[in-house]
This record gives sequence, C-alpha cells and structure tokens, in this order.
Amino acid sequence: MNLKLTEEQEMLKSMAKDFLTAKYPKTVIKEIQAGEKGYSLGLWKEMAGLGWQGLVIPEKFGGNGMSFQDLSILLEEMGRFCVPGPFFATVLLGAYPVMDAGTEEQKQEYLTKIAAGKAVCTIALNEMDGQYTPGSIETKAIADKDDYIITGTKMFVPSANVADYILCVARTSDKPDGISVFVVDAASAGLTSTVLKTIDSEKLCEVSFKNVRVPKRNILGSLNGGWQLIEKTIERAAIAKCCDTAGGMQQVLEMTVQYAKDRKQFDQPIGKFQIIQHYCSNMAIDVDGLKFVTNQAAWLKSEGLPCAKEASIAKAWASEASDRVLALAHQIHGAIGVTIDHDLQYYTKRIKAAAATFGDAEFHREIVAQQMGL
Amino acid sequence: MDFRFTVEQEKFRKEVADFLKDEISKGLWKPSCDAWIQGQDPAFTKRIAERGWIGLSWPKELGGGGRSAVDRMIMTEEMLRYGAPAACHWFADRQIGNAIIHYGNEEQKKEWLPMIMRGEAYVGLGLSEPDAASDLASIKTKATETVDGYIIDGQKVWTSCAKYMNYIYLIVRTDPLVPKHKGCSEFFFSTKLPGVTLTPTIDITGGEAWCETFLDQVKVPKTSLIGEKNKGFYQVVNQLDYERAGLERLMGNYVLYDAIIQFTKETKRNGQPLCKEPSIRGKLAQLQIELEVGRLLTYRVALVIDEKRAPNLEASMAKVYSTAYEQHLATLAMEILGLYGSLMEDSKYAAIHGLAPASFLGSKGYSLQAGTSEILRNIIAQRGLGLPA
Repeated sequence: MNLKLTEEQEMLKSMAKDFLTAKYPKTVIKEIQAGEKGYSLGLWKEMAGLGWQGLVIPEKFGGNGMSFQDLSILLEEMGRFCVPGPFFATVLLGAYPVMDAGTEEQKQEYLTKIAAGKAVCTIALNEMDGQYTPGSIETKAIADKDDYIITGTKMFVPSANVADYILCVARTSDKPDGISVFVVDAASAGLTSTVLKTIDSEKLCEVSFKNVRVPKRNILGSLNGGWQLIEKTIERAAIAKCCDTAGGMQQVLEMTVQYAKDRKQFDQPIGKFQIIQHYCSNMAIDVDGLKFVTNQAAWLKSEGLPCAKEASIAKAWASEASDRVLALAHQIHGAIGVTIDHDLQYYTKRIKAAAATFGDAEFHREIVAQQMGL
Repeated sequence: MDFRFTVEQEKFRKEVADFLKDEISKGLWKPSCDAWIQGQDPAFTKRIAERGWIGLSWPKELGGGGRSAVDRMIMTEEMLRYGAPAACHWFADRQIGNAIIHYGNEEQKKEWLPMIMRGEAYVGLGLSEPDAASDLASIKTKATETVDGYIIDGQKVWTSCAKYMNYIYLIVRTDPLVPKHKGCSEFFFSTKLPGVTLTPTIDITGGEAWCETFLDQVKVPKTSLIGEKNKGFYQVVNQLDYERAGLERLMGNYVLYDAIIQFTKETKRNGQPLCKEPSIRGKLAQLQIELEVGRLLTYRVALVIDEKRAPNLEASMAKVYSTAYEQHLATLAMEILGLYGSLMEDSKYAAIHGLAPASFLGSKGYSLQAGTSEILRNIIAQRGLGLPA
C-alpha cells in the first residue's frame, strides 16, 4: 500500500499548477464565464500544446498514452483552479467512449482530432427527468436505409454549444436496454443547442434533435449494446468528477485556514477561537477522506480492476462531504465569502453543481447496496 | 500509488483470519464487540503470543517480529473483524512496548519486552485521575525519590485491563516545584506490589473493563522508571499517537456491523427482507461508505509510522473520524431494530445478541477515551493546520 505519486506524476502535477496559476487567474475565469462559448480558444490550443487533451489517448493517434490515474492528477489541479470549459466533456465523455468502443476508423477520425485540440466533444445522455437509467431514454433513433434519424430532447449536455461532435444516447429498440450511442456531427441539420443558465456558469445545454440524420457507421459500439458503454462512461466520469471536487475542496480548505489566520476580530486572529479551529479540523478530515477514496477509485480504474463499489463510495462521499466543507468555509469566511468578488463563490458553485452529475449520493448509495449483496 | 497489499500481506491476513475462524468453530470464544478492550482472555493471549503476533512490529534485535506497522494493522483488522478477545495484551502490544523501546534502558528492554511477547503481561494504562484527564499535566499522583527507589502515592481512574492487570504503566508527578508538564515521569511495575488496590469501575454498559487504581505508599525500585525523570510528559506524547492510531477506533464494533447486515437479510417485513427496503439499503450503504473512508484514513497512519514519522496529526484525524463512525453505526443499528433495540443480551427475544444497545451505550465513551475529539481537533488545527495556539 502506497499513497505517494511517482516522480513523473509529481512533475505533471507541478507543471499543471504552474500553467493554471499563470493562465487561469480568477479574472480570466470570470471573463470566460461571462462569454458565450464558456472557454478560451487560445488557452484550449495551449492545453493541446501541453498534450492535455490527448493525455490518455494512445500515441498512435497523437496522444501521450498515459494512464487514467495520470489524468486524475490533472483533473484535480483543474478542480483546484476551477477551470471552466469543455476539457472534462471532451476527454471523459468523448475520447474515452471512443477508446472503449470505437472501430479503428472511428478512433483514427476522432481521437486524432481530440489529441490535436481540434475537436470539442460531449455526450447527450440525460433526458428531461435528469436521471441516469436506461428507462429514462426516450430520444429515438429510427433506421432509414444507411442512416438513422434521431428525434428527441436531451438535457444538461455540457458544452454542446461549442461541440464539434455530440455522442447521442438514443433508443433503438423497445426493449428496456435497447440503447445505442451515435457520434453526431454538431453541425447537423435539425440539431439545436440552447445554453441553460447554471449555478456555476458551466455551459450545460438543452439539445433538441429534430429528425437529425446520422450515418449507420457512426454507431459507437454495437446496435442496442450502448447502455453497457454508457454505464462504464458514467462510472469513469463519476470518479473524474470526484477528482475535480477533491482538488476544489483542498483549495477551499487552504483558503479558509489562511483566512482564519489573517482575519482579526476581538484583537486576535479568528483562527484562535476554538470553534473556528474545530470547524477547520472537521474540514481537513472530510477533505483527506475524499482524497483517499477518490485516489483509490481512480487507481483501481486505472489498473483495469473492478471498481464499481469504490467509484460509488467516492462519488457518494464527494457529494455529501463537499456540502459540509462548503458550509463551514462560508461560516468561517463570514460576510466576505458571500460576495461575488471573493474567490470562494467559484468553488461553492462548481462543487455544488458537480454533486448531482453522474449520479448523486442516493444513486451511488444504491450501487453500493447492490455491491454489498443487499 | 497502490491501494492493494502485497502477496505476502494477503497471505498473512488469511493466516490470521483462518486461525481466528478455526478458534471460533472450536468454541474457544465468541465474537464480540469491543473485544479488544472488554474481552480479557489470558489463554487466548498466550496462543497469540505463541504465534509471534505480540510485538509483531517491534525490532528483530529486541526479539520482535520486525514487521511493518501496515502488517500489524492487517493483523489487528482481522482480530477486530472476528471480535477476538485480545484485551489482555492489546495495550502492551499497542503502546507500552513502544514506550519501552523508545525510552527504556537495555535491562528494561531485555526483561519487559520478552515478557510482553510471551503473553504474560496484562498491562493497564494509568494516566487519567479524577481531577486530571484531558488536562493530563495536572496529575497529582506523586512519586517521591528515596535511596533505593520511589514511593508512589495517589489514585488513577479508568485504568484498562482492570482486574486482569498484572503490570501497570503510570505517569506520575516527580517534581511538584516546576511547571506541571516538566515534572512528570513514567513508571512500569507489577500490580502485585504492596499498596496497590484495584476497584472495578462499572461502565454504562455494565461492563468492568476499567478500574480505579489506588496507590498507597507503593515502594517501587529505581528500575521501574522509564527513560528520564521529569521527562515523562514529553515521552508520553509519542505513546498517545500509537494509542489513537488504530483500527480499533473504527472496527471495535465490526461484529455489530456484520450482524445488522445479516439481520436485514434474514428478517422479513411486508413480505420482503428488510434489506430490500430503500431506506434501509441507504442506511447500510452509508455505513459501508463511511467505513471505507475510515479504513483509508487509518491505514494512512500506519504508512506514516512506517516512514518513521510521528503520526501526531494523522492519528488524531483518524480517531476523531472513526469514533464518530462507530457512534453512527450504533445509532443506525438501533433505528433499524426499532423496539427490539431496547432488548439487552440476556433478554428473551433479544435481537442480534443485544449487540446494538450495548454498542450504543458503550460508544458514548469512544469520542472521550484516549483523547477526546475536542482535544484531538485542537491538535489537528494547531499542529496540522498551523492555526494559532
């Protein structure tokens, strides 16, 4: 058992920290969030130059061939800096499904573009009910000669407004599990994205498919065999979200402890008051707990070992521990933490939004219950 | 990073588990909660000693097993999982051995460590007093130096091992004239010495795991002083880390955790097992989640110990977390049992051997003994996060 990073991983982490410190101060994030796209094309290209979009993509497609655990380190740093934009969607919801289920032609087409920073990808999974079950999928894909025609409304699709490719999860048979995944060109006729106004300014979209024509060869994996791919994608994305949240929570803890040392009231730093100290201790325990269960799930996933239970343990914990940490952070920061100009609000909004994605605590508790044989 | 254990470690875990399961099947003892502190069984301790499992992580040069803190944690995890009655040797193995190794002289190491490793020393911990518990430095039990030793006089409360105790570790005042924490010393001696009286303390569960120790002009030889006179307070700090470092804080009631899960699988309500009810599934899953978080926080302490660092911060974090978990476990078990949660072990119709109400009551002490959660949060904040003292 060993909780340390390798030398290469430490380097990746510190390089990421340097880049993000320089390029993603909160002033830049504020600008990006206020803009239409939700990301900076210039910075997106710089990331590609660092090999980030292609970090886990095999070298033969222009990627770095690194592991999911390596990616988890990068994701944690991005969470620490609240980096907005389509990186998460492109890699977790675009590249990975193609790597899992794509044909050689599909991998060549999409992974090469993703690694080069030339394609933004996402997945249109949720429907109106906002759940993560096959029974929720009502968007239909009907066969028409060499094509399929997709009709339906998808919700909460990250960065659909700027995506080049949208993986659409659609029903291709009446059987409950009759789901297929289609790689859809976002410029297709009949496809419209409407950006929703979200708590953390992430560009989640309503995506309407009105008779969108997709060639048969764009099915990812097998016809009617899509839900297995989606389950795997959700599990991996849930772990990845935990990494983002863990990075954010670590930053929140550090900000809060520093504030407690700096802020004076009643002639002393408020960090001298016992209750403030105990609040900080509680936060530290929650943050470390999250880091460990997240790292465990990410490591197991990276090693190709079964991790359904551990992934759900991490995500359930992330959803609830983060709530406690944010509540205490706000109490300790006092009024300044409730202004739009203070940095804390970036974390509050991002971490809270993350809690419901890829299964909330209740969803993951049920998976744990099943894994326990209940 | 690596979240698995080595092949050797897994083999060792299986060896311990198989041994314990075999003893249970032979009816030598029954799995119980808090068996590490309430389960005194000298014969069991002897059998563990014969396998070399006491002093497992002590240096080989001193006769120990020379194994890692992680290995010891693996062994204790299985002991706790099966509710084994390890209380006679637990404290000696967990912390007193280390106190002797760090601060004892050669004769003391040669005499006391083998005795502990033979399973012959049932060591009680004499720290708290009626007026000095969290405020350990305010202890009043005194040791007055004489020509050939010390005379110890005073009273200790909550001394573990209770009536089984044959050796006692004490921290006492040896200099009343200097600042409090600069005038304490550590002693180790036989409880059979004249002047030592043990009176059982009956705790809220009705158990007798602790006693009051009255020391009435007890004459101890010079050789019972551990380390330096008046340096005891500084010496004991390290020992307290070991006391707080273990899985017993998280898995003392694992037998209940196992039992309540089994109960929900076997008990039907409205035509289906309880474990199919959504609210019960949620509760049990939550316990599993919380248990896993605690497990990693605690193994982290063993890793720090194996790096030869004092786990002051990490042990404090693990204990605060773990004791809260065990209290939560007891609460949820009581909720699931409803009215049956009020039936004690020897009652007709008692559910799961009355483990739930016993744990519920006993768990009130977990966040208090071996460092209250409040004291530990002070340590985390001040030593760990650098907040001002």
